[in-house]
Amino acid sequence: MHIVYPVVVSALLFSIGVYGVLARRNAILVLMSVELMLNAVNLNLVAFDVWLRDRLHGGQVLTLFVIVIAAAEVGLGLAIVLAVFRNRKTIDVDRLRDLSEDLTEADPEEVRP
Amino acid sequence: MTLQAPGFWPPTGPEIVFLLLGVVALGSALLVVTTRQLVHAALWLVVCFGALAGGYLVLTAEFVAWVQVLIYVGAVVVLLLFGIMLTRAPIGRSADLDSGNRWAAALVALATAAVLVTVVVSGFRTAYAPLDPGQGAAKPLGSSIFRTWVLPFEALSVLLLAALVGAIVLSRTDIQGRK
Repeated sequence: MHIVYPVVVSALLFSIGVYGVLARRNAILVLMSVELMLNAVNLNLVAFDVWLRDRLHGGQVLTLFVIVIAAAEVGLGLAIVLAVFRNRKTIDVDRLRDLSEDLTEADPEEVRP
Repeated sequence: MTLQAPGFWPPTGPEIVFLLLGVVALGSALLVVTTRQLVHAALWLVVCFGALAGGYLVLTAEFVAWVQVLIYVGAVVVLLLFGIMLTRAPIGRSADLDSGNRWAAALVALATAAVLVTVVVSGFRTAYAPLDPGQGAAKPLGSSIFRTWVLPFEALSVLLLAALVGAIVLSRTDIQGRK
């Protein structure tokens, strides 16, 4: 197996994930794109583990750890998304502008000198 | 590692299978980020993760492949579907899933793909690994987890516990803050 095949597939998968994170508006779709990026990293780790023939299997063990961290991340992320949805009734990431510095769109009552 | 790499043509059987699975994974990933139906995005994510698990199997990482099927396809996608359901997302087509900066995002993604593909092709053009099965079976992987990597494993279990407790606390509404 030429190592360049899995590595190129994972690079393209990572770029698709980057596009999803930047272009999607729904927070759950953003989480899905983050999962795509993590999977690209996992494919890289497995390919390099097979290439380097690590006796301690560092690459595959790290892949398992990344999978566990991704599960924790998506659980916590969905809890945050649900909390945002309870308070705001929307999970569109570009409508959550409370921390924005743009004063033209802010409510004039809330603008403080 | 890289002794004498055989040529790229003709591709061997595992390479053909891996490339077909890679095409399936990339196509379904593209559908995940471009589809207009939220539930279909989650279902295409299942196809993408399944194809990647097949790719791990071809790369002889069989234990990682089954863990991928169990955790990603079994748990993470179900969790995402629960999230879609609980946020009362529209089930049918919805027009506003993409934000306004779609073209900038496509540009950034294309630039990322160009840079990464150029670098990895020039870096690993001659890298070749013969595949011999049994490298990533449960036995060698388990013995190396529980011998060498046991400390990060335990730390990770505590992290997972803390994250899930945090998720429960965040999503319950009857826990009040300190007065």
